[in-house]
Amino acid sequence: MKNIKIKADNLNVHYGDKQALFDVSMYMEEKQVTALIGPSGCGKSTFIRCLNRMNDVIDICKVQGKIEIDGNDIYAPSMQVEQLRERVGMVFQKPNPFPKTIFENVAYGPRIHGIAENKSDLEEIVVNSLKKAALFDEVKDRLNDAGTGLSGGQQQRLCIARAISVNPDIILMDEPCSALDPIATARIEELMGELKTEYTIIIVTHSMQQAARVSSRTGFFHLGKLVEVDKTETIFSNPSDQRTQDYITGRFG
Amino acid sequence: MTDRIEQRINSLNKRLNSEKRFRIYCIGAMSFALAWVLILFLNIFSSGYSAFYRTVIQVNVPFVNLIEDISQFSEMSSEDINKLSMYSFSKKTIYGLFPDIEEKKDKKMLIRIFSIEFEQEIREFLKSNKSNINETETIYLTASDDVDQVNKGNYPRDLDEDKRRIKDIQLLFFDDLVDRGLVSYEFNLPFLMRGDSREPELAGVGGSIVGSLFTIMVVLILSFPIGIFAAIYLEEFAPRNRVTDFIEININNLAAVPSIVFGLLGLGIILNTFGLPRSTPLVGGIVLSLMTLPTIIIATRASLRAVPPSIREGALAVGATKMQAVMHHVVPVAMPGALTGTIIGLAQALGETAPLLLIGMVAFVVDVPQTPLDASASLPVQVYLWSESAERGYVEKTSATIMMLLGFLILMNLAAVLIRRKFETKW
Repeated sequence: MKNIKIKADNLNVHYGDKQALFDVSMYMEEKQVTALIGPSGCGKSTFIRCLNRMNDVIDICKVQGKIEIDGNDIYAPSMQVEQLRERVGMVFQKPNPFPKTIFENVAYGPRIHGIAENKSDLEEIVVNSLKKAALFDEVKDRLNDAGTGLSGGQQQRLCIARAISVNPDIILMDEPCSALDPIATARIEELMGELKTEYTIIIVTHSMQQAARVSSRTGFFHLGKLVEVDKTETIFSNPSDQRTQDYITGRFG
Repeated sequence: MTDRIEQRINSLNKRLNSEKRFRIYCIGAMSFALAWVLILFLNIFSSGYSAFYRTVIQVNVPFVNLIEDISQFSEMSSEDINKLSMYSFSKKTIYGLFPDIEEKKDKKMLIRIFSIEFEQEIREFLKSNKSNINETETIYLTASDDVDQVNKGNYPRDLDEDKRRIKDIQLLFFDDLVDRGLVSYEFNLPFLMRGDSREPELAGVGGSIVGSLFTIMVVLILSFPIGIFAAIYLEEFAPRNRVTDFIEININNLAAVPSIVFGLLGLGIILNTFGLPRSTPLVGGIVLSLMTLPTIIIATRASLRAVPPSIREGALAVGATKMQAVMHHVVPVAMPGALTGTIIGLAQALGETAPLLLIGMVAFVVDVPQTPLDASASLPVQVYLWSESAERGYVEKTSATIMMLLGFLILMNLAAVLIRRKFETKW
C-alpha cells in the first residue's frame, strides 16, 4: 500500500440544476498513475477539474464534499487557489500552448510564482522541464520560435513541460492524447511512465487500452457516479460490477 | 438506366446555372457599389484639386519710396514695421502696374484684382527680409478669388457684365498682366497652413486640420483606455446577471443613438454645467468620446471573446491569477482587434459633424488653434460651413476639404488593416 496523496470524500458537483457528480469517494496513491475511464459525459473530467479547482472558473458550478491533498482540505477558505494550482498542474485535452515562444511558454509559470531567482536559474528550469517532457532535443535550437508552430504531439509535450515547470506534486491529464496520432500518443504514454517516479499522475482517458497500459489503479465512472475503482488488472480482468464488465467488453459507451 | 443518368445531368446543369446566376448578381451588386464610390471620388476630386493651386501676380515694390535709406529697415523691429503706414504706399505700388490709369474708379478696380490683404503681404515680406532689402523687390501678391477663379477657368467670362462679379475692366487688366507674364500659378501652401477667412483666396484648412487632430487626440486619450478597461471588465470579470445584461444592452443602445443627441448632452452638461470653454477641441473630443466608446467596447469585447478559453485555462492551471491570465495572455491576443475597433471608432469621430455644431465648433475661427483649449473648427464642420458660402471660390475649397477628410479616413483605415495584419496571432 502506497501513501495516499489525494482523497475525495462524498463529492457532489452541480452545474446549475444539473447534477454532474454523485457522492464520489476515492483515493489516489502517491507517485502512481491513476486512470479514470467511462463514457462521454460521465463526470470524469468534472471530477479531475475539482482536484485543482479549475471548476471555480465556471460560475454555475457548485462543489460539495471534501477533497484532501496530503490531508489538507483544498476547498477550505484558507486555501489559496493559485497556490493549489502551483502544486497540482494540469494538461488539457487539446494542446493549448500560449501564443508565445517555446521558452516563454515554459518560463511563464516560474516567472509569476517567482521561483527563479535570476535569468540563468530560469533558463535552467526551462531546459530541465523541457528535458523531463522529452521535448528538449527536438526544440533546443528554436526555443524562440512560436510554441503554436510545433506539431500536435510536441505541443502537448510543451504543455506537459509547462505544467512541470512550477514543480508540482500532482499532474492532472484530461484526455491528453485524444487529439494526437498513435505515435505521439505512444510518446506521451512513455513519458508518463518516466514522470510517475516524481509526480502523482491522474489521467482521464477514453482509451481503455491506454488506461491498462499506463495506470496502476483505474476508476470507472458512469452517469456521474463512480461505479468501481480498483487495481487496473482487477478492473480489466475481474470487475465486480456488471456495468464495468459491459463497458470494458465494449457492450456500451 | 440512361434515363436516370440524363436526369442527374439535367439537375446538375440546373444547379450549375443557378450558381452562375448567383455569381452574376453578386458581381453586379459589387460593381454598382464600386461605381458609386468612383463617381463620388471623381466628382470631389475634379472640383477640388484646383484648390491646391492659387494665382499670384508679380509686383515690383520700390521700398526705396517708403524710406529713402533702405538700410534703416534692418534696424527696425517687427513692431516698428507694423507701425509703418504702408497702405497708400502699397496702393501706389499696385498702380505702378498700369501707370496710365487716371480715373479713381479704374484704380479701385485695379486694386480689387488683388486679395484684400495686399498691404499685409508686402509688410510680411518686409519683415522677413528686412536685413537685406533691395531698393526694389519683386513680390508675388495673392490674386483675388474672382481673378483666381477666372484663371482656373471656373468662372464664365461670357456673361453680361452686370451678372458677373468680375468687371470688364478687371478682365482687361488681368489679360494684360497675363500677356506681360506677371501672372503665375503656384502650389497653394497657405491653403494648408491658414485658418478660415471671409475671403476665399485667403481661407485655409490648416485651422480645421489642427482642430480635428486635437479633437481626435482627446477622443483617443479618453475613449481608448476607458473602452478597453470597460470591455475587459465586462467580458472577463463581470458576473453574468441582470445588471450586466442591462449594461450590455445599454452599451449596444448607446452605439445606435443619433450623434446629435450627444451634441445636446455636451451642450447641456459639459458646456453649461461644467462650464468648459465653448467651441474647443477638448469639448468636441469629450462629446465624440461618448460616441466612440460603444464602438470600442463592442469591438474589444468581440476580440476578447474570440480568444480561445483554453488559453485562459492554460494560464490559470499554472497558478496565474485571473488578472494575470487576462492581462498576460488574453489581452495581447485581443489587442489587434481592439486597436482596429478603436481606429474605426476614431475614423467615425473624425467625420462626425452634428454634435460639433451644437457645442459651438461651427464658429468662424480665423486662428489656427495652438492647444485643445483654443476655439477651433474641424474638417467636417469646415465642409459644412464652406458648402453654405455664396462665393464661387468656396466651392473648390469645400471639395478640397472633403479630399483632406477622405485622405485622413483612408489613412486611418489603412492603419487598422496593417495593424491587424502585423499583429494577428497565428494559431
